[in-house]
Amino acid sequence: MRRKWFAALLAGALVTAGVTGCGGDDAGSGSGSGSGGDKITMGFSQVGAESGWRTANTKSIQESAASAGITLKFSDAQGKQENQIKAIRSFIAQRVDVIAFSPVVESGWDTVLKEAKDANIPVILTDRAVDSQDTSLYKTFIGSDFVLEGKKAGEWLVKEYQGKNDPVNIVELQGTPGAAPANDRKAGFADVIKADPKFKVIASQTGQFTRTDGKEVMEAFLKTYPDIDVLYAHNDDMGLGAIEAIEAAGKKPGKDIKIITVDAVKDGMTALSQGKINYIVECSPLLGPQLMDLAKKVKAGEQIPNRVLTEETTFDQEQAKAALPSRKY
Amino acid sequence: MTALTRHRLFWPAAVLVVLLVSNVFFAPRFFSITVHDGHLYGSLIDVLRSSTPLVLVALGMTVVIATGGIDLSVGSVMAIAGAVACLMIGDLPNQDSVGGVLLAVAAAIGLAVVLGLWNGVLVSVIGIQPIIATLILMVAGRGIAQLLTSGQIINVSSPPFRVIGAGYFLALPVSVLIVAAVVAIAVVLTRRSALGVLVEAVGASPTASRLAGIRARGLTIMAYVFAAVCAAVAGLIFSSNVASADSNAAGNLIELDAILAVVIGGTALTGGRFSLAGSVLGAVLISALDITTYTIGIPAETTLLFKAVVVVVLCLSQSAAFRAVVLRRRRTAGAPA
Repeated sequence: MRRKWFAALLAGALVTAGVTGCGGDDAGSGSGSGSGGDKITMGFSQVGAESGWRTANTKSIQESAASAGITLKFSDAQGKQENQIKAIRSFIAQRVDVIAFSPVVESGWDTVLKEAKDANIPVILTDRAVDSQDTSLYKTFIGSDFVLEGKKAGEWLVKEYQGKNDPVNIVELQGTPGAAPANDRKAGFADVIKADPKFKVIASQTGQFTRTDGKEVMEAFLKTYPDIDVLYAHNDDMGLGAIEAIEAAGKKPGKDIKIITVDAVKDGMTALSQGKINYIVECSPLLGPQLMDLAKKVKAGEQIPNRVLTEETTFDQEQAKAALPSRKY
Repeated sequence: MTALTRHRLFWPAAVLVVLLVSNVFFAPRFFSITVHDGHLYGSLIDVLRSSTPLVLVALGMTVVIATGGIDLSVGSVMAIAGAVACLMIGDLPNQDSVGGVLLAVAAAIGLAVVLGLWNGVLVSVIGIQPIIATLILMVAGRGIAQLLTSGQIINVSSPPFRVIGAGYFLALPVSVLIVAAVVAIAVVLTRRSALGVLVEAVGASPTASRLAGIRARGLTIMAYVFAAVCAAVAGLIFSSNVASADSNAAGNLIELDAILAVVIGGTALTGGRFSLAGSVLGAVLISALDITTYTIGIPAETTLLFKAVVVVVLCLSQSAAFRAVVLRRRRTAGAPA
């Protein structure tokens, strides 16, 4: 009896193995991934699901992988670098064709990226950069230019206050300390406004990219600095939290305090169309199709540029009203 | 004077006062409380309001720690409660309906009772170490919350729900009133009845208390249920405050802050005697510390270091041995040669 069971199991295992092996359309090798078959396997390690932006990013990658015929091994790091390093090591052990990931923080990637390089697996960075000196550790970096986003935010501000000489008091809600979007959005913004001494960043604190922290920090700012003119938040969610604090203080967001945010998720765009935010710099999460394209090119041995920008724009209140109905995320 | 400085809560209270006063140098109107739109408005009100979730979680944590246990799952329970309530309110045909919101709140708290029972049974019936038993729900619970919301932030626009975390009653924040009520009930139950003594007995020696005829098992389960319900209410306040459920951020790492609050308040992690007032003070202190970092403009990169330094100073000041060394040295230095 027991032997029969075992035989049945074994037969079943063989059948399933056969099915998966020849499951691809015309893939000849049938020995699984990483062996040079036509079907590409991509290991992707996501930061987490901390915002609507991130969820849209995840969805875009999953959907475009499916439509591009790429097998996606998806791993969620839940905002922790050690989880991400573990995921990348497991991708290397599974011998995937391409590793793509969105680094939680900028530093500390050299060792694990070297392991991937030694295993001959190309790495594509998405959405966030790493600060490794050795750029041969990854093939390309696809994503937004956060410095440029900060600059766009600053340029709008300069234009808005053109011809006025009164000092402009700015408070800034930063993202998670150490994260590339936080560092770069801060730097780009500061770079543009420093040309004119009337712009003064009077306070800058982290709001951890979340609404609750954005609200709490803004509450404290409002009490410490009675004359805030402008709020610059590194993402929509912190801006939305801050709007609540501003309203509770009896001021009008968008009028008494001008608000600039980055991201352009649906909730942010809604607030923009209602006049509670003044300007949003888009940071598009829909980079899935471009990523799959790059993965195919890398696999085929083609040369690819080492920096690819996602297509994005900016919105003022009127543009938000027009764009809102068709907003995907 | 010495009687005052010897009081268990003197040093945490002193640090709280120092923290609050130090804000004045950076925000001169820190202590001013004005009336704004018919309710109180000011930094001190902010400190109280933002401390409410932590006070509740710390309260539940105190009772669990008094039984000799620990509850790591409180943050996840917060996230689940917020997610369930916001999802149910989002499904309401009319989000203004008070009945619908009450139903959603009741469902969230009911679910928390189930989660608390789960923790309690794992610890006291099955006999798993509390840190491991509650670790299960800490990890799985956040997963459940993310599954419920499919990783998205759930927005609601329900005025009755907003009242819980951002509303005012008789010029006072509703969240503060809710927490005051829960604290009052907990104090009355534990100090005006034998319940508190029984819990302390279980924590001090489970075997001895069982031999003395105390139903240790039931009391332990009750403690975990209480902690979960407190966490659920905290989760409701948290999500109501920003009118959305964020299953990633809600209650993230709050278990550690709560344990810190309990320890600052003078309850030993080994179980036994506990102080609810101490935990409340500890939680308010931690929240005041947050607000202080914003007010005095500690750079974002050094915020954690600043907090750590304050906590170390506080813990050292609470240590009688450390104080004795410092005082003796000062005395000998001051004495004529």
